[in-house]
Amino acid sequence: MSLWNKHAIFEKNSILLLIGVLIVISIGGLVEVAPLFYLKSTIETVEGVRPYTPLELAGRNIYVREGCYNCHSQMIRALRDEVERYGHYSLAAESMYDHPFQWGSKRNGPDLARLGNKYSDDWHRRHLENPRAVVPGSIMPAYPWLAKNEVDLSHIDQHMSVLAIEGVPYTPEMIEKASADAKAQGTDDDPGAADLIKRYPKAQARAFGEKGRLTEADALIAYMQHLGTQVDFKIYDDKANLR
Amino acid sequence: MAQSGSAGLLPGQKSMTLGEMALAVVAAMSAVLWVIITANAWTPEYAFHAGLFAIASVATVFLVLNRYHDRPAELPAQTKDGKPNYNFEPIKFATIASVFWGIAGFLVGLIIALQLAYPELNFGLPWTSFGRLRPLHTSAVIFAFGGNVLLATSFYVVQRTCQARLAGDLAPWFVVLGYNFFIVIAGTGYLLGITQGKEYAEPEWYTDLWLTIVWVTYFIVFLGTIIKRKEPHIYVANWFYLAFILTIAVLHLGNNTTIPVSIFSSKSYIVWAGVQDAMIQWWYGHNAVGFFLTAGFLAIMYYFIPKRAERPVYSYRLSIIHFWALIFMYIWAGPHHLHYTALPDWAQTLGMTFSIMLWMPSWGGMINGLMTLSSAWDKLRTDPVLRMLVVSVAFYGMSTFEGPLMSVKAVNSLSHYTDWTIGHVHSGALGWVGYVSFGAIYCLVPWLWNKPKLYSLRLVNWHFWVSTLGIVCYISAMWVAGIMQGLMWRAYTALGFLEYSFLETVEAMHPFYIIRAFGGGLFLAGALIMAWNLYKTIVTPAAEIEAGVTPALVPAE
Repeated sequence: MSLWNKHAIFEKNSILLLIGVLIVISIGGLVEVAPLFYLKSTIETVEGVRPYTPLELAGRNIYVREGCYNCHSQMIRALRDEVERYGHYSLAAESMYDHPFQWGSKRNGPDLARLGNKYSDDWHRRHLENPRAVVPGSIMPAYPWLAKNEVDLSHIDQHMSVLAIEGVPYTPEMIEKASADAKAQGTDDDPGAADLIKRYPKAQARAFGEKGRLTEADALIAYMQHLGTQVDFKIYDDKANLR
Repeated sequence: MAQSGSAGLLPGQKSMTLGEMALAVVAAMSAVLWVIITANAWTPEYAFHAGLFAIASVATVFLVLNRYHDRPAELPAQTKDGKPNYNFEPIKFATIASVFWGIAGFLVGLIIALQLAYPELNFGLPWTSFGRLRPLHTSAVIFAFGGNVLLATSFYVVQRTCQARLAGDLAPWFVVLGYNFFIVIAGTGYLLGITQGKEYAEPEWYTDLWLTIVWVTYFIVFLGTIIKRKEPHIYVANWFYLAFILTIAVLHLGNNTTIPVSIFSSKSYIVWAGVQDAMIQWWYGHNAVGFFLTAGFLAIMYYFIPKRAERPVYSYRLSIIHFWALIFMYIWAGPHHLHYTALPDWAQTLGMTFSIMLWMPSWGGMINGLMTLSSAWDKLRTDPVLRMLVVSVAFYGMSTFEGPLMSVKAVNSLSHYTDWTIGHVHSGALGWVGYVSFGAIYCLVPWLWNKPKLYSLRLVNWHFWVSTLGIVCYISAMWVAGIMQGLMWRAYTALGFLEYSFLETVEAMHPFYIIRAFGGGLFLAGALIMAWNLYKTIVTPAAEIEAGVTPALVPAE
């Protein structure tokens, strides 16, 4: 009985009520969030994960801008049907340089975590122009403006500098060569391609669309062709990361 | 906040308050800053936003000076004729804004529902494509409609239950207008492609900063009013409002920790990455549900249902348990959005466990709301406003049962990524948040505009039945669609191959997407009926309303 009366302490003192609320709401968040930053087991060690190339990063920003995450997940769950439909389940390491993460929450369209190298550049271009031209029955919007707009790479080095501050391992050299690397990646047989691949292993360098200009569609396709291709699952050892 | 300046002056001598001076000076400096940003912005979209900020800053200076010029020397008294001199003007604004944004948000929802059935409706234009309109819909209904309802009701309830005038002179107006300006910036930003790409937290860094300023002011006004209360006890609704305001501030800061690329760029990068970003996002995302859409609206339940039913809250002790258990447990529930993903298993299991436990405080609150009707159940027949409020609590009970069910990993493996989630959200959003808001608005409008009652209870009845039919169509279509989708994705043939291609599952959704759009259309129609009824309530003279357009039903004896 008396314990109930004790509650009047909170009801009569707004500051105590405030402090009480603050303590009560802090506990859950602290317990669930804080350990993720120091438990080594949160992100497994994997060969092959690297930061996005400047062109892929520009493409990713277009992916974010158009709100692709509203309909496409990038997270293959460890369930039999998902692994058989989309490929190896997603690893935490594969999105460790993703600011922000784009795992998504809804599949109006299929998962894109392992989209890379599944379709040709030409297929992607036509699909973005009009999805129903290549996939009759698709409900995806058409994105004709992407192939018309030149991709804006004017400040891409500054974007990379901010990401470097946040812990993405972009070196000063990578930042300095950003716009050259972007052009090298989007052009056929560019002399800079070898350097690009040295900096960003397995980067795919070619004209993703029309030669001579770099469009938003090209950047987006460069990003999509890279999705899920970093880790070589022929040599990846699941058991090594059991915990 | 803004009343100190006039102290020590002779009566009749007018001077600017500290608040008026500070706001005018800060707004003037802000205008200069935003003009500079407008001139140097990297993209035309950001220049447009910077221009809006500059115009709003100039307008603020003008409005403050103009208001100072027009106002009497004395600030409004704290009491009038021995009663608190309530400040209702900002509440009126927020009430009208909530109806406006509600209709806008429902309309965009209807459009995107139709886009999923008929993709041609995306029109091949950037600003009408689904990916940009969907955040516009979610933000318009949650933050614009829901947010204005919360501003209006919290400012009303805190004054009434504290028997005190709202704290601050300019501050309440700053909160209401500033919040709606935030909505304009956020909404136009989505259409122009300015987004952080984090669900329900799409606004970019400068919009987030602006919201932070507005929100802190909101917190100060609310707490300030509680501090000067004449009642010894803080009423239960105010506990919920306080927890909502405080927790939303914490969540907003945690989930929007970004570094802008430049002050001249709208783009920023969140400091969190990958799995940590996912966890923080859903810690935020689920508690946007838990605190914005639940705690805040439970406060509405705790004031408006007892008031309308003319009965006290069923159980004081249940309110105490309900409050502390709810705010403690909700925070843990986020990881249930990340089952079977790369989030560590221990976090998933914790999230699931607390989500299931959350069922108890949720139903405790539902029981407390419903049982308040004890010995007043007959009013449900004669008062459609009370019926709306009570049905909202029933929907709350239903969706807070469904939620814990869906958070069970085995169930979630089927339901996640499907339209079942969309159905679940809308049984909560349309049924609970929508109805409790409509009920509160139907109560508030006659109170605020000094009318004896609503223009027409018959129209409320129409609103109720039309939108109930809409909700039923909506959620049942999404249950069927979602479960079917989940089952089709995991269906195997006798030979052990996946039975359906992804596209076949998309095509199977088509009829349900049409039924869903039909349901959403009915809900929108109901809201339009409400808007008409409220408009007539405001413009019809009190005496005419008293005479009545329709005879009231006779209450049961």
